[in-house]
Amino acid sequence: MTQRKKGGTGALELLEPGVLSLIQDRGRIGSQRFGVSRSGVMDPHAAAWANRMLDNPAGSPLIEVTLGGLRLRAREDTWLAFTGAGMALHLDGRPLSGWSRFAIRAGQTLSVGFASSGQRGYLAVRGGFLVEPKLGSVATHARNRLGGLHGDGRPLARGDLLPHPPGGDAFRLGARVPWKMIPDYREVPLLRVLPGGDHHLFPTAQVERFFDQRWQVSASSDRMGIRLCHERPLREVPSRKMSLGICPGAIQVPPNGEPIVLMSDCQTMGGYPLFGWLHPLDLGRLSQVPARQEVRFAPIDVETMQAELARFNDFFDHPPPQPY
Amino acid sequence: MIRIEPAGAEAALISFERPPSRLLSSSIIDFARRVEARLGAAVLDMIPGWDTLLIHYSLRRIDYPSLERLLGPMLSDWRELDTGQVRTARRHEMPVWYVGEDLAEVAEACGLSVEEVIERHAAGDYYVGAVGFVPGYAYLGGLDPLLVRPRRATPRTLVPAGSVAIAEHQTGIYPQALPGGWNLIGRCPTRLYDPSRWPPGRFEVGDAVRFYAIDENEFHALDGEWEMPVGRVK
Repeated sequence: MTQRKKGGTGALELLEPGVLSLIQDRGRIGSQRFGVSRSGVMDPHAAAWANRMLDNPAGSPLIEVTLGGLRLRAREDTWLAFTGAGMALHLDGRPLSGWSRFAIRAGQTLSVGFASSGQRGYLAVRGGFLVEPKLGSVATHARNRLGGLHGDGRPLARGDLLPHPPGGDAFRLGARVPWKMIPDYREVPLLRVLPGGDHHLFPTAQVERFFDQRWQVSASSDRMGIRLCHERPLREVPSRKMSLGICPGAIQVPPNGEPIVLMSDCQTMGGYPLFGWLHPLDLGRLSQVPARQEVRFAPIDVETMQAELARFNDFFDHPPPQPY
Repeated sequence: MIRIEPAGAEAALISFERPPSRLLSSSIIDFARRVEARLGAAVLDMIPGWDTLLIHYSLRRIDYPSLERLLGPMLSDWRELDTGQVRTARRHEMPVWYVGEDLAEVAEACGLSVEEVIERHAAGDYYVGAVGFVPGYAYLGGLDPLLVRPRRATPRTLVPAGSVAIAEHQTGIYPQALPGGWNLIGRCPTRLYDPSRWPPGRFEVGDAVRFYAIDENEFHALDGEWEMPVGRVK
């Protein structure tokens, strides 16, 4: 392998993809009317921090590392940031802390261990990965065969070369996310729900049950939906006649009474009764809960939810959006 | 009555509270166009359903109370269109090689001959009531009542791409190989979804769809085509 000159367009060489590593961004907007799923990062909070640490435009393409086990080698000097799940990081064997940015030199190897807390880590490179968007996004969606390095929805594989712009001299110092901003994924999260859809058709006792009991995340959860279980599922689940447009965050209740929270890769139409919608930031928190761990729910109103999301956008939007 | 409610932080759900029909689908599409004109760039996407419209909007442009206020008059004035007000729908003429795995079974259950099933299915004047499930999949309303069959008791783990299927009052074409529980009556050779094009899907809500029977040779000649055969497109 010939060393290219320092500071040129580089590539990270994937030595091990780990359990599931995907190129993601904020998802595909505008083609849901044709049945194309939105996709995109599962945890917008952790992903936004990874890009922010590198001063990247918000939503720049990065790698979502599910459960860990990834190894890669740099071909050029650049800067990386890693946020999200607690996965042990080593640069040529030297430990690094998570929720930080750090320099990687040509020839150095970064290894990402398996998650000790949380489920998904985000690995960003200075300037974002240079990947051709499909339908306006690089987000990898296996079932829609869209996005990712090759544009066809395949996950990252051993030997993949992930191109990135020059960035070796972008920063002088490493940096860490302030500890107050780092969530503890081991806590039982309180997830806020905007009730709606077919909510009014659920008997009051069942609505109370939904909010009163702790639900367990089922092992059969994935990027399409997170299934919740409990020995006392919801009963007297109403029926819905016609399918309707759905989106990530929608909470469906199938006849078995065990709610499903729809995630990034969900379909665009759904036929199960809708209980409500999860707060978009809490959706990211839910995506970090391992199977068989518990979550709790509480109701929220749309004004509070939008105020929080607007604050989040103001903080992370870079460059800021044009005035309307 | 027509209802609007927030559907999460960046979407609004409009429920039209009417029984699904060709006219309602056209009315929903007409309404969606007017919403887009009213809200402009604040609208990111819209997903029309049989009797609903999901509007994805950008909180960076508008919040829910303002959206509800802007759409308020349009909502209170909403009426289903009269037949005369409906814009001419886009028409699709879809070729079908009627060799579905369940064709004989469907015919027997309906008390019809295989030829009669084909004739009735191909004679139908369908409309797109919803698009989704997977990219390019259209739920078509307007199935001949004599062809109404329930979904299969056990869904297939893999339905071949292009399968033309019926279930309940609907018919549709599988754009790709997928698990599915509908009754398979034929195969359509043309492509329904192509992410390298815009729009990536062939069908939109409100479109009119008809089927016509082809034989095996025509099927292979058209296999994988996107453009419709000359002389068939109207």
